[in-house]
Amino acid sequence: MKIIKHLSIILLFFGLFSCDKTEKPPIIDNPLDGKILFQKFQDNDHIIELYTESGKLKQGYNRIFLQLKKSDNSILENPNIQWNPLMHMSTTNHSCPYSTLKLSGQSKTVLEGYIIFQMASNNSEFWELKFDYTVDGQSYQVSDTIEVLPSTYKNTISFKGADSVKYLIALAAPQNPKIGTNDMSALLFKMENMMSFPAVNGYTIQIDPRMPSMGNHSSPNNEHLKQTNEAGFYNGKLNLTMTGYWKINLQLLDKNQNNLKGEAITPSNESSSIFLEIEL
Amino acid sequence: MDYRKTLYIFLMASIPNWVLAQENDTIPDKATKELEEVIIIDQKDISAKHSKALSSLDNYLESNNAISMIKRGAYAWEAALNGMTTERSVITIDGMRIYGACTDKMDPITSYVEITNLSKAIVKSGQGGGSHGATIAGSIDLVRQHSNFDNSGLKGSLFTGLESNNLQKIVGGKLQYAGKKFYSDLDLTFRDAENYHAGGGEEILYSQFSKLNMSANTGIKLGDHQDLSASVIYDRAWDVGYPALPMDVALAEAIMASVKFQKHHISTNIHHWESKLYLNKVTHIMDDSKRPVVPIRMDMPGCTQTSGFYSLLEGEKGKHFWKANLSGHINRSYAEMTMYPNDPNEKAMFMLTWPDVNTNFIGIFFEDKYLLNENWATNFSVGTSIQTNVINDSFGLESLKIFYPNLTPNQTRWLKNGGLNFAFNKKAQNINLGLAYAERTPSVSEAFGFYLFNSFDRYDYIGDPELKNEKSLELNASYSIAWNNLFVKAQANYFRMFDYIIGKIQPGLSPMTIRANGIKKYEALNHADIFNANLNLKYSFAKNFNTSGRIIYRLGQGDGLPLPLIQPFSYGLSLRYEPLQYAFEVNMDGAVKQSKYSAVYGETPAPAYTIFNLSASRNFSFSKQNLILKIGIENIFDANYSTYADWSRIPRMGRNLFFNAIYKL
Repeated sequence: MKIIKHLSIILLFFGLFSCDKTEKPPIIDNPLDGKILFQKFQDNDHIIELYTESGKLKQGYNRIFLQLKKSDNSILENPNIQWNPLMHMSTTNHSCPYSTLKLSGQSKTVLEGYIIFQMASNNSEFWELKFDYTVDGQSYQVSDTIEVLPSTYKNTISFKGADSVKYLIALAAPQNPKIGTNDMSALLFKMENMMSFPAVNGYTIQIDPRMPSMGNHSSPNNEHLKQTNEAGFYNGKLNLTMTGYWKINLQLLDKNQNNLKGEAITPSNESSSIFLEIEL
Repeated sequence: MDYRKTLYIFLMASIPNWVLAQENDTIPDKATKELEEVIIIDQKDISAKHSKALSSLDNYLESNNAISMIKRGAYAWEAALNGMTTERSVITIDGMRIYGACTDKMDPITSYVEITNLSKAIVKSGQGGGSHGATIAGSIDLVRQHSNFDNSGLKGSLFTGLESNNLQKIVGGKLQYAGKKFYSDLDLTFRDAENYHAGGGEEILYSQFSKLNMSANTGIKLGDHQDLSASVIYDRAWDVGYPALPMDVALAEAIMASVKFQKHHISTNIHHWESKLYLNKVTHIMDDSKRPVVPIRMDMPGCTQTSGFYSLLEGEKGKHFWKANLSGHINRSYAEMTMYPNDPNEKAMFMLTWPDVNTNFIGIFFEDKYLLNENWATNFSVGTSIQTNVINDSFGLESLKIFYPNLTPNQTRWLKNGGLNFAFNKKAQNINLGLAYAERTPSVSEAFGFYLFNSFDRYDYIGDPELKNEKSLELNASYSIAWNNLFVKAQANYFRMFDYIIGKIQPGLSPMTIRANGIKKYEALNHADIFNANLNLKYSFAKNFNTSGRIIYRLGQGDGLPLPLIQPFSYGLSLRYEPLQYAFEVNMDGAVKQSKYSAVYGETPAPAYTIFNLSASRNFSFSKQNLILKIGIENIFDANYSTYADWSRIPRMGRNLFFNAIYKL
């Protein structure tokens, strides 16, 4: 009995000392749960509501959710919408890599897609987003200016490969990096011209995360990014052992494993010519 | 205590633990000597033994043949038992389990007590030390002093010490009251030291320290044979330099509290029952703010909390003397590291080096000594325990999953141990033979450590939560003989360890620490062997003269390579002359060049050395008061030396003059 008493007191102490740090994310059914409305595109008959996780658009990869409403606020199912982003610069216009819009998950009303803004808006240069949509056989068009905020860290890079092709790599995930193993995802495009950015498939993006402020050390057991089923998407594993600034050095290999761009990190070479940045 | 008795204890090292727990008892059980050794620390005895009464506990422990101290500076040495560092031993204070809070082992348990509140250290070699936890090397229990219900009234003492080499100042005092049904003790010790100087005068930067230790005890007699006692220890060290390490300690603080109930003469078969409940908390703040040039600024605070209990029952039946101990504890270990980038715009770099791990332990240990006949006795012991570990912090769990993707936050381990000893005792001869099996779990660092930098081999260490338990098969033997004025004792033990845990280089992995050589992961060697042998000789001659000598040899090997931190052939010789009230002593200590060393571990062969020390003391008695003065010179010839146990081969202290004064009233 004494022992049981002892144990119970010990367990009590244990209770005093222990601290509960577990946090469980809520389960999301509606794709718009947890997303923030950042802009409405409106004409006489319809409203297009745009959402992102942060309620903002920023330089780099943006996953955007939207739904189409009638002016009486009723939501349309299976909407047929195309979009088209355009950058208005002082002397020229250009577009950027973006996906088509498709229904998000199980939802019948919410569409999702991504846009990769290579640059942020500024005083003289702005992004315009144009929507073409069809309701009951009738076509509509609506467009407006959108504000794209600059990113602190390099999350999109463009470069010319050894094959003289211009490429663009954008970091899609992790958007909120954590300590431990992160699912990493990047997109690879060819820059055919200012308006056309076809996805590139079957290549390999090698990663080597480093902390330049801490002896340029790396982390173990990372997995290079390999093509997924989705066009242009490459997935791998990124291990982050500590908080702070990480430089993710890249090397791009083509289908035959030929290096198109980027260098290995060695004691004499601290950085690859192509890299992405993360800070946590 | 008279000198002969002290000498007897020291020479024979023979008192069974449960007898020591009741100091008034005599020594009945000659047949089972040799299983443990006792280092007397209590100041009422030290005048007779230690020439430097106010030296650190570390110095006292080092006098034991089974113990060697690993030094990272002038303070907080790590006690290695039987050639094995603290992961493989159990060190307790009055049976309390405490976990050091430093990932670099800068705060071994022995650094959180003071000699002024200890009476002895009970050293048990090998599996026999498994009473308070799973061990392979053995156990050291630091037993505290306390008054008894002897109605001796109010007593006190004051003491002070000075050392020339590092300007160490020691000051302290003790106040004790003992009535018939109540006693209470209070004591305080303060030490403050500057940098020390190696032989030749070189100043060893960052070897300073300051330490304050306070403790209180109180006991209440509840009946004829039962009492309740409570005790608190508070220890605070600050501004502690570690010359062998890249960082220092701004603060190392421990607070320990316990309550004990004990009852004697319960029945004819049950002599003694004692139960203790305890709590302790250790905070360790490691930083490099005192170092002018560092590649990066770094803070590494750590914290452990342990609560536990034990319940010990002792008795006899016929020729059996038995003892059973049930013990358990819950520990929580947390350590983090923050590095501040030179670019102030970058965020601080943070990681958990111990991921807030709970260690929950419960174990039972049973011992039976059986007197076969007048000369023969056996000692049989068996124990089992269950340990679970839980990683509480998801940040820490995710970090470790980088290396172990399938890691779960919980794990359970089952441990077993058992041993059998035969003792033969006739006249002045004693022979002891033993065989034992023991297991231990990986330590917090070995299982869960994350990028722990070892400045000796300059590797970052990664723990492995999936390590198997380490197992050990142990053989031990000792022989002693006393005739006339000569006493000779030879001891040897051999450990064959399976799944021996040690760091192994991981080629291709990138170390985090700037300028580190690489990464080592804790892995298990198939087996490793450690052999320890020592010989002690003591001889008394003329009147008041006695001399003693000792030699120690150890061998450690794993995977065909020498193990690290294994003592080379070492020797010591001392001559004492003790006319009434006086004592003079000259002694010599040394070792031959280390020929077997672990280059993989960053070791270089420690050179041979010999040093000489000289001391004198005088005891003044006036009525009931007593003054002991001691002076001495250590390392008389100012040798510049460094031993196998000196981390990164930092040289030891050069010539040092000391003065100790103890005044009792």
